[in-house]
Amino acid sequence: MKGWMGKIRTLLLLSSLSLILSGCGKENLTAFLPKGYGADVSLGIIITSLVVMIFVFVVVMIIYTFVLVRYRQKKGQEDFVPKQTEGNKALEVVWTVIPILLLVIIAVPTIAATYDLADKSGQKDALNISVTGNQYWWHFSYDDQEIQTSQDLYIPTGKKVYLNMISSDVLHSFWVPSISGKMDTNPENENTMYIEAYEEGVYWGKCAELCGPSHSKMDFKVVAVSQEEFDQWVSDMQNVDPEATPEATSAQEGQKLFEQNCLSCHAIGSSPVAVAPNLTNFGDRTKIAGVVDYSKENLVDWILYPEEIKPGNKMVNAPYFGEHKDMKEFEDEAEKIADYLLQLKPSEITPDSAQ
Amino acid sequence: MSSTIAQKRGFASTLWDYLTTVDHKKIGIMYLIAGGFFFLVGGLEAMAIRWQLVRPENDFVSAGFYNELLTMHGTTMIFLAAMPLIFALMNAVVPLQIGARDVAFPFLNSLGFWLFLFGGVLLNCSWFLGGAPDAGWTAYAPLSTTSPGHGVDFYVLGLQISGAGTLIGGINFLVTIVNMRAPGMTYMRMPLFTWTAFVTSALILFAFPALTVGLFLLMFDRMFGSGFFDAGMGGNSVIWEHLFWIFGHPEVYILILPAFGVFSDVFSTFSKKRLFGYTAMVFATVLIGFLGFMVWAHHMFTVGLGPAANSIFAVATMAIAVPTGIKIFNWLFTLWGGNIKINSAMLWALGFIPSFTIGGMTGVMLAAAAADYQFHDTYFVVAHFHYVIVGGVVFGIFSGLHYWWPKMFGKILNEGLGKFTFWTFFIGFHLTFFIQHFLGLMGMPRRYWIYLENQGLDTGNAVSTAGAFLMAIGTIVFLYNVIITSVKGEKVSGDPWDGRTLEWSIPSPPPHYNFRQTPLVRGLDPLWIEKSEGRKGMTPAEPLGDIHMPNSSILPFVMSLGLFIASFGFIYQTSDKSWLSLVFIGMGILLGCMFIRSVKDDHGYHIHKEDLDKEAGL
Ligand code: HEC
Ligand SMILES: [Cu+2]
Repeated sequence: MKGWMGKIRTLLLLSSLSLILSGCGKENLTAFLPKGYGADVSLGIIITSLVVMIFVFVVVMIIYTFVLVRYRQKKGQEDFVPKQTEGNKALEVVWTVIPILLLVIIAVPTIAATYDLADKSGQKDALNISVTGNQYWWHFSYDDQEIQTSQDLYIPTGKKVYLNMISSDVLHSFWVPSISGKMDTNPENENTMYIEAYEEGVYWGKCAELCGPSHSKMDFKVVAVSQEEFDQWVSDMQNVDPEATPEATSAQEGQKLFEQNCLSCHAIGSSPVAVAPNLTNFGDRTKIAGVVDYSKENLVDWILYPEEIKPGNKMVNAPYFGEHKDMKEFEDEAEKIADYLLQLKPSEITPDSAQ
Repeated sequence: MSSTIAQKRGFASTLWDYLTTVDHKKIGIMYLIAGGFFFLVGGLEAMAIRWQLVRPENDFVSAGFYNELLTMHGTTMIFLAAMPLIFALMNAVVPLQIGARDVAFPFLNSLGFWLFLFGGVLLNCSWFLGGAPDAGWTAYAPLSTTSPGHGVDFYVLGLQISGAGTLIGGINFLVTIVNMRAPGMTYMRMPLFTWTAFVTSALILFAFPALTVGLFLLMFDRMFGSGFFDAGMGGNSVIWEHLFWIFGHPEVYILILPAFGVFSDVFSTFSKKRLFGYTAMVFATVLIGFLGFMVWAHHMFTVGLGPAANSIFAVATMAIAVPTGIKIFNWLFTLWGGNIKINSAMLWALGFIPSFTIGGMTGVMLAAAAADYQFHDTYFVVAHFHYVIVGGVVFGIFSGLHYWWPKMFGKILNEGLGKFTFWTFFIGFHLTFFIQHFLGLMGMPRRYWIYLENQGLDTGNAVSTAGAFLMAIGTIVFLYNVIITSVKGEKVSGDPWDGRTLEWSIPSPPPHYNFRQTPLVRGLDPLWIEKSEGRKGMTPAEPLGDIHMPNSSILPFVMSLGLFIASFGFIYQTSDKSWLSLVFIGMGILLGCMFIRSVKDDHGYHIHKEDLDKEAGL
């Protein structure tokens, strides 16, 4: 089973590759190149159903082409009146029964896979992470480990990790195409889904449920590292001193400014308050606010003009925006804060470790 | 005849004639014009969407405006374009196909139209009054309940009003088809288009109330502080999803079934053959309609309903493929052995088969819940539903328009332009949407204002946009065709296609009483039977006598206007209670009209036998 499925899969991948210049899409983003259990199972069902459906399509198109070539009106025969057939019982039974059989071929593995992907038997002993969708960022709380983080979700490879998901505002949907299909976050109930990454890597995550103007900028990452690296990360994160004084003077000033202007929303350390992304390991983020390339310049831009980067985001409620007519006045402060934030690197385990 | 008289009458009286008409043919024309207009508006919105996505991180429109565009594109195309265009065909054709002089409730027919139109206008007023709705055409709570401004309020009231119109229209067609069939027109002799109109009307009757309820709850949440969908107040946002899709899924069949009916009639006419497997076609239609109510949760596989619910809805959804497959094969075997004439109407029908088959294929793939976890809310879904709605419904509308245009207006649309429209639209359509299947799986969720650079999504999106322009060109040429045909087209006879059904037994366009004498129906394809037995037309079922016709009335227009006015009151009373006065004025107008309608006797009028003779003599 696995063997020929694999072959068909490669064949299909190759053909879709030739179909579009850009191939199957970007690695670690596309669902065509699964790197995790859920994505693998889904792709299996996709291919099974696609093969059956292509068979149906070919049959339809053969009859269609034949009919059009053979029975198209010929010159001089405009008045020819064909035989008025009413129907054909045998034929009609055939095209009722065969589709039913074909659907059974799809339905059986579908049901098996649907139950498989909803399996919660191992949840108690596995790593459980609480996921909260917010307009327009993701929060991850490792409840047993007392670790809080945002935007980048660290998981160990080769293990089922259970995500218990909820939304703090509107609907969102958690989707990491290369690792697993998606699951909505609802405001009223917790949904549970497990993910398992086969290989180390940094995988793109997307919000897949319209949630407001910056819906298309609600990206996040799954950082899959080996179990040892993950354990190391956990202990590093548990031993963070949120008040540690940075070395550089500008960063020290930045820390003060941060405490005055930002701490009301952003936590550093394991405080479970989550009105804004937790910045404990911000120095190791893959992106700023999920979408902007990581650099000091961009960070300063974000602090000064978040609305221009992510329209409608909730950081614009920060009091310091009201205190300045022109955000240019705040630029020096923002640079110092950036210096502080950029050196928040509590762990050696970073996205770079996920190779 | 009536149209020539109208021409002599001048503009003002023609306008009055249309405002007050209860004639199903004129109402059909109004549905066509209004639906066509909204189709252009929705198309313009689509072009803006595609232009925004032509390259990564484009800034053609802002994020907020983009959400308004995508919301209004979906809402407009479904409720204000596809629905009324289907109603245009149903109004123009169904009474003729069953040998009736009008619909069962001509007054309600007119009311249904005006409610739809005022609802649509109300919805589009939002563009000029602070912004359109921006929570998607599905208006999922809590995004819809918390969306700032009045956009979503316009959505709620606009759809409530036009939805009431649709419901009224649906009931009217149900009763018409049950009660007004000519002698001998048994159910199993009805043309497939009438059958699909019948089943569609039944679906409307059962599906739209779910939308009505949902919209009322949403209205109370937004305007009167209730919390039906607010988890913080003990409400539940998933309830909205259920209500919406209990309506929304049948809605897809409401749209597609009449298109199936069009294709059945077109295939049979232009291959000069009786429809293959008529009985199976009828039962497949009914079965699709029935199953259509059992599958709504396949839109909600990722909501977290659990594997049991997901599996049940997956299998139920797959089951729909069976009757749909039956239809496809019956159409193919209608063509088999026929004498196939390929003109514009037929081209659209032939283009439909491969397009819709692809849409059906991806439908089955989407039904597989475990696979849908990947497909859901991505461009794969966008591709799928455009394959069924454009490749099915829109192709069906185009086919139907080319087919029945001579019946409605007495002229055949230009063939050359018709073919040009078909090919540009058809190629553009596949160019736009085929590649979107891949975009979805490559990681592009739907309703994305931008996609990032270097994610492998650039080429696909550029191709898609190019395709959209081809579709736009096709549409423009169709418009040109309509104009050139009405100016220069030649008058045709009552039966230009060598038709098979009753509508082709009367002049084009038909006189306002349709049938001088009610025809006697002796089997399926009644006109064909008469012609094949050497007769010229139908045998009448009654002697020539006076014809009873309904009176025109301005009340439906005024009633709808009343609701339109009241809506502004509802919308703006949230900020200032003095707006409530508009609610009272508007509702007063509505109730006043209802009172007048109730107490004033309206017996209609008679066309006398002598006048009929005179007209025939002319
Ligand atoms: C009103 C609460 C609030 C205040 C005060 C606030 N922020 Fe934010 N901040 C947010 C929110 C909400 C987000 C998430 C925005 C998004 O992505 O939609 C955010 C995001 C960020 C991010 C990106 C985080 C990541 O993980 O990529 C940075 C960096 C940031 N803020 C820095 C600051 C700084 C520096 C200050 C003080 C000068 C500050 N914020 C003040 C609410 C706040
Ligand atoms: Cu979101």
